Amino acid sequence: MDIVGVLADAMRTAVGPIAAAYAIAGIGLNLQFGYTGLLNFGHVAFMLVGAYGTAITVDDGGPLWLGILVGMGAAILLGLLFGLPTLRLRADYLAIVTIAAAEVLRIVVRGGGESSFTHGVFGIQRFANSFFDANPIPGGDYGIGRLSFTQRGLWVLAVGWSVVALTAVLVALIARSPWGRILRAIREDEDAARSLGKNTFVVKLQSLVVGGAIASLAGTLLAIDRQDVRPDTYLPIVTFAIYTMVILGGPATRLGPILGAIVYWFILQFTDSFLREAIDAGWIPTSIISADDIAPVRFALVGLGLMLLMIFRPQGMFGRREEVLIDGR
Amino acid sequence: MQARPRDGGHRLRLARLGLLALALVASASLGARTDADAQEGDTGTTTTAPTSGQQPAAESIRGRIRDEDRRPIEGVELAVRRGNRTIGEATTDGEGVWEVPVPSPGTYQVTIDTDSLSRGAELRDPDRATIDVDVGPEQNKGVIFPIGEPRTSGVQAGSRFFNLVGQGIRVGAVLAVASIGLSLIYGVTGFVNFSHGELVTWGALIAFYFSATVGGPEIPLPLATVLAMLFGGVLGFALERGLFGPLRHRRSGNVSLIVVSIGLGLLLRNVFQIVFGERPRPYSDYTVQENVEIGPFALPPKDFVIIGVSIVVLIGVGLLLQRSRIGTAMRAVADDRDLAAASGINVDRIILAVWIMGAGLAALGGVFQGISDRVIFDMGFALLLLMFAAVILGGLGTAYGAMVGGLLIGVVTEVSTYWIESKYKLAAALAVLILVVLVRPQGILGRAERVG
Amino acid sequence: MGAELPTREPARTVTTIPPVPGVAKSDPILTVSSLHRRFGGLVAVDVEHLEVERNRITALIGPNGAGKTTLFNLLTGFDHPDRGEWRFDGRSLHRMPAYAVARTGLVRTFQLTKALARMTVLDNMMLAASGQRGERLRNSLFANVWRAQERVLRSRAVDLLERFGLAQMRDDYAGTLSGGQRKLLEIARALMAEPRMLLLDEPTAGVNPALVQSILQHVKSLRDEGMTILFVEHDMDVVMGISDWVVCMTEGWIIAEGVPASIVANEAVIDAYLGARRAEGTR
Repeated sequence: MDIVGVLADAMRTAVGPIAAAYAIAGIGLNLQFGYTGLLNFGHVAFMLVGAYGTAITVDDGGPLWLGILVGMGAAILLGLLFGLPTLRLRADYLAIVTIAAAEVLRIVVRGGGESSFTHGVFGIQRFANSFFDANPIPGGDYGIGRLSFTQRGLWVLAVGWSVVALTAVLVALIARSPWGRILRAIREDEDAARSLGKNTFVVKLQSLVVGGAIASLAGTLLAIDRQDVRPDTYLPIVTFAIYTMVILGGPATRLGPILGAIVYWFILQFTDSFLREAIDAGWIPTSIISADDIAPVRFALVGLGLMLLMIFRPQGMFGRREEVLIDGR
Repeated sequence: MQARPRDGGHRLRLARLGLLALALVASASLGARTDADAQEGDTGTTTTAPTSGQQPAAESIRGRIRDEDRRPIEGVELAVRRGNRTIGEATTDGEGVWEVPVPSPGTYQVTIDTDSLSRGAELRDPDRATIDVDVGPEQNKGVIFPIGEPRTSGVQAGSRFFNLVGQGIRVGAVLAVASIGLSLIYGVTGFVNFSHGELVTWGALIAFYFSATVGGPEIPLPLATVLAMLFGGVLGFALERGLFGPLRHRRSGNVSLIVVSIGLGLLLRNVFQIVFGERPRPYSDYTVQENVEIGPFALPPKDFVIIGVSIVVLIGVGLLLQRSRIGTAMRAVADDRDLAAASGINVDRIILAVWIMGAGLAALGGVFQGISDRVIFDMGFALLLLMFAAVILGGLGTAYGAMVGGLLIGVVTEVSTYWIESKYKLAAALAVLILVVLVRPQGILGRAERVG
Repeated sequence: MGAELPTREPARTVTTIPPVPGVAKSDPILTVSSLHRRFGGLVAVDVEHLEVERNRITALIGPNGAGKTTLFNLLTGFDHPDRGEWRFDGRSLHRMPAYAVARTGLVRTFQLTKALARMTVLDNMMLAASGQRGERLRNSLFANVWRAQERVLRSRAVDLLERFGLAQMRDDYAGTLSGGQRKLLEIARALMAEPRMLLLDEPTAGVNPALVQSILQHVKSLRDEGMTILFVEHDMDVVMGISDWVVCMTEGWIIAEGVPASIVANEAVIDAYLGARRAEGTR
């Protein structure tokens, strides 16, 4: 087995554009879930509107920058749509309504035929040419051996991780302000915050909307990287994966979502490449796990990891242990 | 009001997790892999390649689109994907034939663009505009998209509405049975179980193993259904005793419980997929039946049986809750856990009983769903959102709410296809859910709760 | 705080008020009329008229399920009445959300303490201050807008913590405090919001006897500084010890009110308590 190759694969994915996009989505979710305690299970919908906002705008002849703004605006609207009816109710309602609404959105986007403006299952392709035309990096490959990127890949990476850094700084700044203090108070006990004169409804709505707008950038980045948007990229599993990352890195920490995304994708890709090599090498008989099973094995591990993390280490890898030792009441 | 939780309560008893693992291992014995893969599909895939002269590529997917009178349809557009990648696209020629070469053996998704179907031709099953296809090495896999009126076409158009109502009652009955557990577990513990769908799938899979696996016990489906309910109860027991009970005792918040249940659902769903495979398969009994008419409704007999059994089960649950000691205790715990505990009810035992009963009923719902549709590894997850809609519509936390809500959601979902395309019916049901949360969040039978 | 208010001798002025349910007070800060709330078939609160005198400690007593907490919830916007009207310092609070009620200067605490466990004691305090510029999302990014105010609030919070004996724990998580300390923190935190009236829901429940005395002492000195206090209490010794006026509820009704001495002799009150105790004994 080529263990160096497997590690290089895993490393490349861990710092790749997808990891960057998920880190951005995680930063948005961290604001909602980590700091505010909002159970938003429709996070993927924010990514969907970001991606489609960009793709449709360009597809209809608009410039790319406008598309990104359209995606963000749509995410803000979506946040209001999710939040206004549910944020006055128990936390569970937000969870149920957001996962339901995200699915409705995906089904509707998917339902249109090829002639509709979302192009249904066929999706939209090749809308980010202007992004790649603007690539200032000279041609050629960069890196060592299998751990290398093309000129195109490096450009996406540079922009992607810059957005990660920007959004992380933004969230860190607003989270340490008095406004951020209200977020944490809501997470701990919303009634206490209300009894002290805090308009928690508005603050929760702001948290949901800002987190959603950040997630729309994640969707946009994914779409640009692939030059392709399709409804079935935006399944509920994406939301669950982002939860895993945020909890892995440590909810309500500044670097948690970023480290979480890197570690998550490293483990995921490592498992994938390792299993593939092991099956090829005949170490694992195909009667037990065949190549087709690799995807479900990966997701089963994600599920198991999410459970075990939440049970045994809810503060994540980098969170403070004493925070969770404290009794909630 | 302790500042630090007790050490013993904080540590999760690992031994109990072992129980859960045991239950999971049991699912591995499903041994679905030994099952003959080719269930002659009504819709689906065959290996008979259509006749066309040229030398085929190493692997490809091909087919011929013909209308009900077996005349070829030209200009139909199809796309072959793998995951998110488009492998290729094709348009049918004058013979209605299309072919897309694929790079390697594996599973692909073939999608027919229904808009490109001419002359008012329609897919017989509009839900299956995309079909998963397994291509073997050196295989030119054929795919059939049956064209024609939807299945219930034997009946006149005027009664289509009633048929939808009938189907809706069947869907609703299954939903009601499956979601009682979801609602009651919420009622007694205050926790929304996002892995409830997997309890449904579990039941369907157990019944499949006992009745339809080649080389398995091959016992009759009704008997296998009873076993499925028993195994469902065992899984409910294991989850409460091994996972959620201990978590509750160490006072994990609702948010962590929900996230744990999300992880559990994801784990189970994918284990099911690995063990059972990703293709939907029907039970060997009661697969194809002629419709019979009872009153204004024309449904296959199995649907009438499902509706009948569901009604009996729902009445039984109602009687249990109203008349029996344990049922009264369940309602008392759901009403006010502290008060029930104060008046001498063993709350943990009641919660355990609710888990066993709820999971058993979910398993039954799974078998019903498998009978009227097919068994697939994520069938429960697909039902989960409808179950949420049902229990919220009816009133979260009450068994009767789940029943009323289930029936309503079932009918709304199916009847909505009278006006809108059936691919949007899930969206219709979820829109109802969102509307209910807006207008009456406590549901039809629920009541407002006290704060503070 | 409240230094301009004249210090009166409470006992003398209130004894002139007749001990009749719904009686008018000379200087009411809170007036409640025809407040009604039912849950299903159960009438939880049915208060015809109630006035709470300014700058006094008023105790709200009654057996379990008498509607005391529900009344608190209604008064502070945490629950909404089926009908009724109530005014705080002349201002109607009807239909006002909880946070807006708190901003008018009517601040409550909870029966089960709501210390924000994973926030420090100091952050608990800082949260409560009103009118913070940095609480606006658009200002939150710019620390220069709120940094100066934050400094002022911090020193006020530390002063209050010192007064309540919590100063040395200011950087600990509130979740590490004992039950009694949490009660103290909750009162201190409520004061941080600069209220004119405090509603305390069982401030001594589950607190060890030494801390009970400390809490009561704090309540008394707050009154002496001009604060109005309405509190729910079960311990009759506590009620007799510190309250200027007592209101007794059963089954949602106010059955008696008066100075402590008149309440212990009131037959309706004795019946309510004995009746409740008898019912509990036979269960």
